[in-house]
Amino acid sequence: MSFRLLGVRAAQGVRREGASHSRTGLRDRYHAWLQHHRLSAADSMHRVLDNPVSSAMTWLVIGIALALPSGLNVALDNVSQLSASWDSPAQISLFLHDEVSDERALALQAELSARADVSLSRFVSREEALEEFRSLSGFADVLSSLQDNPLPHLVVVAPAADAQQAVVAALRAELEAYPDVAQAVLDMEWLQRLDTMMLLGRRLVWAVAGLLILGVLLILGNTIRLAIESRREEIVIVKLVGGSNAFVRRPFLYTGLWYGVGGGLFAALLVAASLWFLQGSVADLARLYHSEFRLRGLGVMGGLNLIILGGLLGLAGAWLAVSRHLAAIQPR
Amino acid sequence: MISFDRVSKRYAEGHDALREVSLDIARDELVFLTGHSGAGKSTLLRMIMLMERPTRGQVVIDGQNLGAVGPRGIPRHRRNIGVVFQNHRLLYDRNVFDNVALPLVIAGHDHREVGRRVRAALDKVGLLERERAMPVTLSGGEQQRVGIARAVVGKPRILLADEPTGNLDPALSAEIMQLFEEFNQVGVTVLIASHDLGLISRLRHRIITLRQGRLVSGSAA
Ligand SMILES: Nc1ncnc2c1ncn2[C@@H]1O[C@H](COP(=O)(O)OP(=O)(O)OP(=O)(O)O)[C@@H](O)[C@H]1O
Ligand SMILES: [Mg+2]
Repeated sequence: MSFRLLGVRAAQGVRREGASHSRTGLRDRYHAWLQHHRLSAADSMHRVLDNPVSSAMTWLVIGIALALPSGLNVALDNVSQLSASWDSPAQISLFLHDEVSDERALALQAELSARADVSLSRFVSREEALEEFRSLSGFADVLSSLQDNPLPHLVVVAPAADAQQAVVAALRAELEAYPDVAQAVLDMEWLQRLDTMMLLGRRLVWAVAGLLILGVLLILGNTIRLAIESRREEIVIVKLVGGSNAFVRRPFLYTGLWYGVGGGLFAALLVAASLWFLQGSVADLARLYHSEFRLRGLGVMGGLNLIILGGLLGLAGAWLAVSRHLAAIQPR
Repeated sequence: MISFDRVSKRYAEGHDALREVSLDIARDELVFLTGHSGAGKSTLLRMIMLMERPTRGQVVIDGQNLGAVGPRGIPRHRRNIGVVFQNHRLLYDRNVFDNVALPLVIAGHDHREVGRRVRAALDKVGLLERERAMPVTLSGGEQQRVGIARAVVGKPRILLADEPTGNLDPALSAEIMQLFEEFNQVGVTVLIASHDLGLISRLRHRIITLRQGRLVSGSAA
């Protein structure tokens, strides 16, 4: 192992004696500070890699904890992508005014059929509707005792196949404005129900993410605490010869960073692997339904975000541990 | 350079380690601190480097009242003081070079400067050829000299030593004391706690004697 916390090794590398200047100007200090950062980072990395098994365990634990909410989120994204592009099963029922004649209703149906944003329209006369209602509802006796047919003419409109929800809603409003139309009803309750469930799902993801992030912080904090404990004597000595808190803290913060970044990377790999695992069967299913649907993954940005999130959590966890435990280590 | 004004220290258990100690040590002095075990020698040294705070009285080091130095000022204060410990307190997973370089790295010196100064310090204590050795492979006297090199490498104004010859043979002890005298001759204030009265009385420097936390002789030159 060639680097150590204090980064003193590298100083040994350069052996040009006499070529140096002895003043420590601001510039030199800045360079030394940068160098200590570099060496702390490298040394912490070496320490992490020196214990591959326990480090991999830490990475995996953090990875799983981060992969769970982000995987759920990816799943929800796919569902909402799916529901948005659904071959619109929505249909709009137009209830016409009582005084509209059969001819006017048929003309309206023909006019609507010609529209580009309508794939299909069907006219259901009030007589047909009554007949249908009679055979389906079991109220045959009640209905036959009525003198008048209480039902209006009905034109059922199916929006164009690729129409988005918003477009369908706009179409409904437009159709309702037709003079012959008394009321236009959009049958997409199930879509709204799906939306509500998605909202619930997102909230759930947030709650799960919050808990797991807390868990990650605790795991990291504990890992860093152990690292601090195992180097207690070294910390005491560094403090005795004038090491500042920042100096003592630095390598541990880097240790946290590396654990976090590694955990984020593991999480991204886990999510990608499970998507890859699902991809085949989803594609089969989509083909059955003649759909172009493909699972959408994290993407490069999503993966990067996970790694960055992991790194930030690592720093935060290390910071928690360091601020709690380093101050307690005082030279005796 | 070092001045104690009626300093008392009572540890949490109610034990008085120092009672009303007043003393003054000038810039160019080498002073021995002696007394029986438990007399308060280590406590006095620890106060100078702010490992301990007085219960009463005040300590002034190089014009700086230590009562005014907060926790954040402690590292900077310690960088001006070199310390040699009885049990060496080396980093046993680093080699000799790394151990001696520690104060310079902490102070943020350029790496060329670090190499040059570390070798100068090791040369001074006669360990230049052992710079790559690990501390465990060194004898007790050699380890002590590594500790001394680490204490002086940052060119401190004050050098403290707590029983630096504690378990060394007489010849080695004399050699180490001679090193301290050499540092003193180049202007470093040196304060050495020791109960090796035979050795220190031969060296003709001021001797401060503590007895049960009280200063009984040697308060001023
Ligand atoms: N951290 C502490 N808490 C409580 N009491 C302490 C502490 N450190 C030292 N003492 C007590 O203070 C007294 C002075 O201790 P100190 O270590 O200064 O003595 P000393 O002169 O250095 O002795 P020695 O020659 O054995 O090293 C002792 O009685 C010791 O028990
Ligand atoms: Mg002592």
